[in-house]
Amino acid sequence: MSAVIESHHDDDHHHGPDKGLMRWVLTTNHKDIGTLYLWFSFSMFLIGGCMALVIRAELFQPGLQLVVPEFFNQMTTMHGLIMVFGAVMPAFVGLANWLVPMMIGAPDMALPRMNNYSFWILPFAFAMLLSTLFMEGGAPNFGWTFYAPLSTEYAPPSVTFFIFAVHLMGISSIMGSINVVVTILNLRAPGMRLMDMPLFVWTWLITAYLLIAVMPVLAGVVTMMLMDIHFGTAFFNAGGGGDPVLFQHVFWFFGHPEVYIMILPAFGVVSAIIPTFARKKLFGYDSMVYATASIAFLSFIVWAHHMFTVGMPIAGELYFMYATMLIAVPTGVKVFNWVATMWQGSMTFETPMLFAIAFVILFTIGGLSGLMLAIVPADFQYHDTYFVVAHFHYVLVPGSIFSIMAAAYYWLPKWTGNMYDETLGKTHFWLSFVGVNVTFFPQHFIGLAGMPRRYPDYALQFADWNMVSSVGAFIFGFSQLLFLFIVIKCVMGGKKATDEVWDGAEGLEWTIASPAPYHTFSTPPALPERAMA
Amino acid sequence: MAADQNIQSKMTLKLLGVVVGMFVFGFALVPLYEVYCQVTGANGKTAGPYTASATLEVDKDRWVTVQFLANNNANMPWEFRPTVRTMKVQPGQAYSTVFFASNPSRQTMMAQAIPSVAPFHAAEYFHKTECFCFEQQELARGERIEMPLKFIIDPHLPASVETLTLSYTLFDITQVADSTVTEPPVS
Amino acid sequence: MAGTEKRHQSRNGYMVGLKWLIAAIAVGSSWSVLADWSALNMTQGVTEISREVYDLHMLIFGICVLIGIIVFGIMIWSMLVHRKSLGHEPATFSHNTKLEYAWTIIPIFILIGMAVPATSTLRDMYDSSNADIDIEVRGYQWKWQYTYLNDDPAQEVKFMSSLLTPPDEFYNRAPKREHYLSDVDNPLVIPINKRVRFLITSNDVIHSWWVPDFAVKKDAIPGFVHESWAVVEEPGIYRGKCTELCGKDHGFMPIVVKAVEQQEYESWLAMKQQEAKDVYETVGKTWSMAELMETGEQVYIQHCATCHQINGEGIPPAFPSLVGQGLAVGDLDGHVDIVVNGKAGSAMQAFAAQLNPAEIAAVVTYERNAWGNDVGDLVQPREVNALIVAEE
Repeated sequence: MSAVIESHHDDDHHHGPDKGLMRWVLTTNHKDIGTLYLWFSFSMFLIGGCMALVIRAELFQPGLQLVVPEFFNQMTTMHGLIMVFGAVMPAFVGLANWLVPMMIGAPDMALPRMNNYSFWILPFAFAMLLSTLFMEGGAPNFGWTFYAPLSTEYAPPSVTFFIFAVHLMGISSIMGSINVVVTILNLRAPGMRLMDMPLFVWTWLITAYLLIAVMPVLAGVVTMMLMDIHFGTAFFNAGGGGDPVLFQHVFWFFGHPEVYIMILPAFGVVSAIIPTFARKKLFGYDSMVYATASIAFLSFIVWAHHMFTVGMPIAGELYFMYATMLIAVPTGVKVFNWVATMWQGSMTFETPMLFAIAFVILFTIGGLSGLMLAIVPADFQYHDTYFVVAHFHYVLVPGSIFSIMAAAYYWLPKWTGNMYDETLGKTHFWLSFVGVNVTFFPQHFIGLAGMPRRYPDYALQFADWNMVSSVGAFIFGFSQLLFLFIVIKCVMGGKKATDEVWDGAEGLEWTIASPAPYHTFSTPPALPERAMA
Repeated sequence: MAADQNIQSKMTLKLLGVVVGMFVFGFALVPLYEVYCQVTGANGKTAGPYTASATLEVDKDRWVTVQFLANNNANMPWEFRPTVRTMKVQPGQAYSTVFFASNPSRQTMMAQAIPSVAPFHAAEYFHKTECFCFEQQELARGERIEMPLKFIIDPHLPASVETLTLSYTLFDITQVADSTVTEPPVS
Repeated sequence: MAGTEKRHQSRNGYMVGLKWLIAAIAVGSSWSVLADWSALNMTQGVTEISREVYDLHMLIFGICVLIGIIVFGIMIWSMLVHRKSLGHEPATFSHNTKLEYAWTIIPIFILIGMAVPATSTLRDMYDSSNADIDIEVRGYQWKWQYTYLNDDPAQEVKFMSSLLTPPDEFYNRAPKREHYLSDVDNPLVIPINKRVRFLITSNDVIHSWWVPDFAVKKDAIPGFVHESWAVVEEPGIYRGKCTELCGKDHGFMPIVVKAVEQQEYESWLAMKQQEAKDVYETVGKTWSMAELMETGEQVYIQHCATCHQINGEGIPPAFPSLVGQGLAVGDLDGHVDIVVNGKAGSAMQAFAAQLNPAEIAAVVTYERNAWGNDVGDLVQPREVNALIVAEE
């Protein structure tokens, strides 16, 4: 089967895409696959977003109005899983597919067939995950962190499907990241050294290594769960000599690098956008690369800061506190570099720039609350409250998601050949910006005042700010329909984009035509004169 | 071009090797964690049967309170309790006590007691020379048993520890150990 | 000529920036006057440790706000002034080694400034000297059990503490009263100015015992025991929550600690000890159907209704209906057995550990004769007791 397709494709190499549905099913073209990933991610974003709105609607007022607690727990669990594995990660893989070959002057990804597989696994994985909602006993209800024994001995029967879905997602990400590494290391245009690569490529290279290192550990931990549930082992059952805390250690050994998997490519996106609209070279390219690498390294040795209340010896608590605080240094370097890039620039504020600047500010807020969470004695008060919810939503929504939107606006003209509607884009930005802050900023205070997370109902003193937060969530949620409209409008037509699109943009992707032809860089490009620093 | 292909497939294979390695590493974390707990006493785990490498010197000037807790895990109907709640002991000296258990259910059941020590950093200084937790307990319906525990507190126990709590949680492992249990008598 | 032009423009830019800055400060300060911050911040609490934690929190919060103001201030200034629309020409620098060293090294010193007080507070928290009172705190799905440890088993006090708010309030059938979802039937009572040690563990899944006013939050993990402690300085009622997702009613298992003077504590303890003795006696007497039904209803609402629901119909399949089917209208011995011993591999707990024989007898009788179930039989506490003690 695959041999047939291979030969067919070889014949076809320098022509346009096939027609019809099979184009998308069989495609090995990095641009097609990138598009598939991005649309898939957006649909998951909407599904996960609807779940978030169910949560926020229930929390609009004290009392149980819409859903029962069992279903509420399924919503929080599925919202987390879908957003992390279905929305953010595939979106970045989609961006990598579209952009990495264009940025390094490669004709395609190194392993196009595998690229096709790694995408097409995802719809099956998520169909399986979503189908659990209709099963007897309901969907997984133990939180996206699925701590044992709630997720083993006390789990609904659908947990087995959850485990297989996670396996499939893991296989998909691993294949995707192997592809990225092999592409970046082998297919760069002649003369492009590692330290010449755009930062987006750098951050993705490092992210891919993180994925290769930790997704198998996630696969390991769910396999242990599977064995505990069905084969009578006792990895996480104290009665059989196991330890529920071991689950948390293994999970967070995966989980913390996972957090950076979701933010490092965002750093790359923002590092591409800010220089363009400041019309000034990125400040401190080298230190950006080193900072990214040190963040990635540190991510492996700080996992237990998610578990300060689990009861560790004081030496353990202190070590994880100090190591975690250390992450603030390279992260700070990144933020300072972006600010220095803006400083003395000649800025304009098109939609991508607005999202990028909002990213820097709001991600920094999330980073600072993260620093507060690292302080163990204070963390005893913050842990598992809405303060944590506010923290990680600040780094994930106006962090990762804003960067993805910034990227979409920034590269859409290159992808489609049309300019998006700037007025609508700015409207979308301001609605999202206001929505995000109204949603998540009050959650800091709800958390400090003592409201734990994953609560379907709450005491009366938390009522006012929960209501504000819910209003914000609906503003944010519905403004994403505007985003959908803008993207569709841009795909359908609009002002034609020039090849360079943005007057300050640098990089190989801006040297090719808009829209980008189906096959680019079939012969490696000659690199522009290297500007020596 | 062919050489490039070769390099690429080699690299792909290497990366797949890393993937397999990390999957194995995930499982290797289980024994690694076990070792880590033994060394640091993290999570209050106590070690297996203690055999004195050298005779411990009794610290005549120091008294430590040892407190015993006994609990059943969910769905465990046995009666399970320490016969004494606290003991004043001297580090280095061997002591013994007895826990009581009875099975009020209608069938023969297997149980496993899981020890845990608070504060954690005291766990590695709590040496058990004999303990019912080293083996599984089987009780027929209505059967009662007194289960011995012999222990020595290490004289190196940090001076800050004045009270040491040893908790046992009794887990029902009848279903897990089903193959080894004789059929319960039908009433 | 061009130079003058540019200078003029950049001065214009600074003026615009300054105006924006003043506006922002004005808005910010009026906001802080309007808001009542005390209800929005971490509690100072009532122990030395909790105040230390509060101070630490305010310190790191202050540092973070300061960093935020500086970084965002520079950014906003730059955005207002260094715009193309004001004719600002881009500079060409992209490196500054001294600056880069500075913003790598200065944060390290700030971090050390935060780490030092944090370490000292943590050391204070990990103090494991002798306590005046040892209380075992045990998490259940979805309530807490407190045991006051005592060398004399007869003097030990043990009770369950569960949510007082009736379902009518959270299903919006009745108005929500003060302390909605924050009140329990049996609060934990401790004396002030005594060192109380909490030995925290769990019966089933992981819970977490959090009382913000004591700055105590520790996970309750099945099979393991964790310790924590507090010396409460002021009498009062302190409310806390379970903070580790533990299933359906995670949000419905609050914690209430009542701190009282030593004398009041002693009389309370004596009362509890007497209650335990009374229970022992009530097990011996013969109960009437009406007595059993009355007690049974209370016990049912408190311990059974979260799963099997007030109307007995449950939430199948996880929580089966008790109305007109199953053991509730079947074999009496089997019915008592499942309540006493639970059912392995299900959410049905072994209630012998939580309820006394009288309560078990009452609730079994109630279930057999409520909601249209009319089995008509009843079970006496002493029969249940016989089963538990298993003296056969």
